[in-house]
Amino acid sequence: MELMTWFTELLEGNLIFTPQTLSYYWDGLVTTTQLVFLSLLAGLVLAVPLAIGRSSRHRWISLPIYAYTYVFRGTPLLIQLYIIYYGVVFVDGIQESIFWPLLREAFYPALIAFTLNTAAYTTEIFRGAIKATARGEIEAARAYGMSQSLMMRRIILPSAFRRALPAYGNEVIFMLHASAIASVVTLMDLTGAARFVYARFYAPFEAFLFVAAIYLCLTFAILYFFRFLEKRLLAHLKPA
Amino acid sequence: MLDLQGYGPRLIEGAGVTIQLALLSLILAIVLGLLTASAKMSRSWLLHKIATLYTTVIRGVPDLVLMMLLFFGGQMALNVATDALYDRFGVDWYVNLNAFAAGVLTIGFIFGAYMGETFRGAFLAVDEGQIEAGRAYGMSDWLVFRRIRFPLMMRHALPGLSNNWMVLLKTTALVSVIGLSDMVRVAAEASRATHEPFVFLIPVALIYLAIASVSEWIFARLQKRYNVGFGGH
Amino acid sequence: MKKLFTISILGAALVAGTAQARDYDHVRFGVDVPYEPMEYRTPDGELTGFDIDLGNALCEEIGITCEWIVQEWDGIIPGLMSRNYDAIMSSMTINDERRQTVLFSDPYFTPPSAWFAPADSELEDATEASLDGKTIGVQRGTLQDNYATDMFGSVASVSRYSTADDMVLDMQAGRLDIVFLDYPVGKSTLLDSESRDYKVVGEMITEPKEYFGDGFGIAFRQRDEALAERFNEALATLQDDGTYDEIYERYFGDDE
Repeated sequence: MELMTWFTELLEGNLIFTPQTLSYYWDGLVTTTQLVFLSLLAGLVLAVPLAIGRSSRHRWISLPIYAYTYVFRGTPLLIQLYIIYYGVVFVDGIQESIFWPLLREAFYPALIAFTLNTAAYTTEIFRGAIKATARGEIEAARAYGMSQSLMMRRIILPSAFRRALPAYGNEVIFMLHASAIASVVTLMDLTGAARFVYARFYAPFEAFLFVAAIYLCLTFAILYFFRFLEKRLLAHLKPA
Repeated sequence: MLDLQGYGPRLIEGAGVTIQLALLSLILAIVLGLLTASAKMSRSWLLHKIATLYTTVIRGVPDLVLMMLLFFGGQMALNVATDALYDRFGVDWYVNLNAFAAGVLTIGFIFGAYMGETFRGAFLAVDEGQIEAGRAYGMSDWLVFRRIRFPLMMRHALPGLSNNWMVLLKTTALVSVIGLSDMVRVAAEASRATHEPFVFLIPVALIYLAIASVSEWIFARLQKRYNVGFGGH
Repeated sequence: MKKLFTISILGAALVAGTAQARDYDHVRFGVDVPYEPMEYRTPDGELTGFDIDLGNALCEEIGITCEWIVQEWDGIIPGLMSRNYDAIMSSMTINDERRQTVLFSDPYFTPPSAWFAPADSELEDATEASLDGKTIGVQRGTLQDNYATDMFGSVASVSRYSTADDMVLDMQAGRLDIVFLDYPVGKSTLLDSESRDYKVVGEMITEPKEYFGDGFGIAFRQRDEALAERFNEALATLQDDGTYDEIYERYFGDDE
């Protein structure tokens, strides 16, 4: 209760940071977090099989996956978002389908675009890590008579995940920053909240510096989380 | 045949804007990157701190937010400054921060931070023995930089440089959000007006891929050049 | 900041005699497109619309040249302040909030705002009860945005767009239940569109004044009083000699 009074007093006389605008920033934080977390999760799930396929010796498997990652990594996310957001509308019959209630919201087209984008980058990160598996480990596994799939599961993937960790941490930060464009398709994410406050009060410094500070904190949180993770996982790898 | 419904010329113009914007920002980013790298390696405590603050903050905040801050806020700051000038001295002097200039400045400023890290790593990777050898030949500092340090550094910096360039190229798309008529904006405007998003957005995506592929080729050539004398057959 | 302000005031007093607004023989207008029929572009990129034609006619009347600079709506006032252009003629409603920042001409056009929905929508009026849970489309930073956000932001979700075109497209796509627009713009982009049927929901809205202001005005920097005065005189002349009506007919001709 006292906290509340303190808070109200703090905001008194402040035209821009009213409880209303702060609630926009809060909702924005929730939207950004959901969007980034869900797209990363879905992207990760997609990327593992894609990375394995991309490392395959069969060109009819690896080539289409390469084409996918090349296109999604070679074009701006903004274009991908536009194509999906505006494009889904023009798929015949989509407005009558069961997916429409989802696609109608700006959130899901954005989620699809972000997922496809991060899956492409993550696929290449994992592929690099898989390729870098020490020959000795593979030979040892073969000598044990492991099958291809068992070797993938037990030997290659676990060590590849560890190797991929630093690069994947960068990808997570990249996605957080990239998610700022969600405001372009009406989503009220953090940047959307800042744009709202800016347009309403003509206060660019307050609106954008505040949101920049929030992003900076989020970035550091991610950075330290991955550093902690690396320490734990790489410590396990270190010789005693 | 692709029917661009009269938007063809503007799309081509937009592609020109994208390419100019990307190249000018790249130049600015390289200059800022070299300065940052030097500041980070300098013995001055203050320079080091400033450079570290710069790279940390830039890499912690989304490009779009920085762009809006610089574009909208930068205008307002300039305005306060020039208005004061006008009111005090009657000097009607002002700076126009148009969307293109703001775009170049912001993108250059953002990627200067990334370039700084790339160059720092590359300078550190240069074998000091080679520099000493140059000095022993009686080369001036500038000559050592031009003939030895820079080419050796470039060899290490090229992969990072190429990577930064690819990201920078895609970042230019964001200027469409602050109102610059690059090809993304023209395509988005055209899609809305004609209700045919694929007709305009997919060709633009292909142009990006084409620019990326050409750049890859150029960087591969450059890498070969700077690798002369190392490894090889 | 405060110090700077004090110094500026002192400085202004010192140079009061010499500091004067520039004499313009060329005026640059900031304009946000597309906002049909007030201002928009033909496919080959040429600017046209009611504001453009009226603005050009005003300049001609005054005897100066003018040019148009396109600027997205949410940066349009800062752009004026930083002298990217000298005036804004872009369907800008005169209201007190903006009066603090800019100097307005006399109103040159007074449109009501209106709610638009698909013809088959069950919405009959725009009230807190009927809009509960609906998605409302507005253009970011407009007075419609402010009004809808304050009145219905707690019951409905408000989607904000950079341009009116984005919003119309999403309306056609079925992403929005209802949009809130200047009536002439809604009429030309929705009611007159061929692809789908739309209707006006409820009454036209012009009150309360704190939101809806006093019609559209040309915005100038505060110090350019002389320039604003010249435009006011020219506007009065054009309204008397029939030029204004002619331009009005061109864009709103079939209006009742």
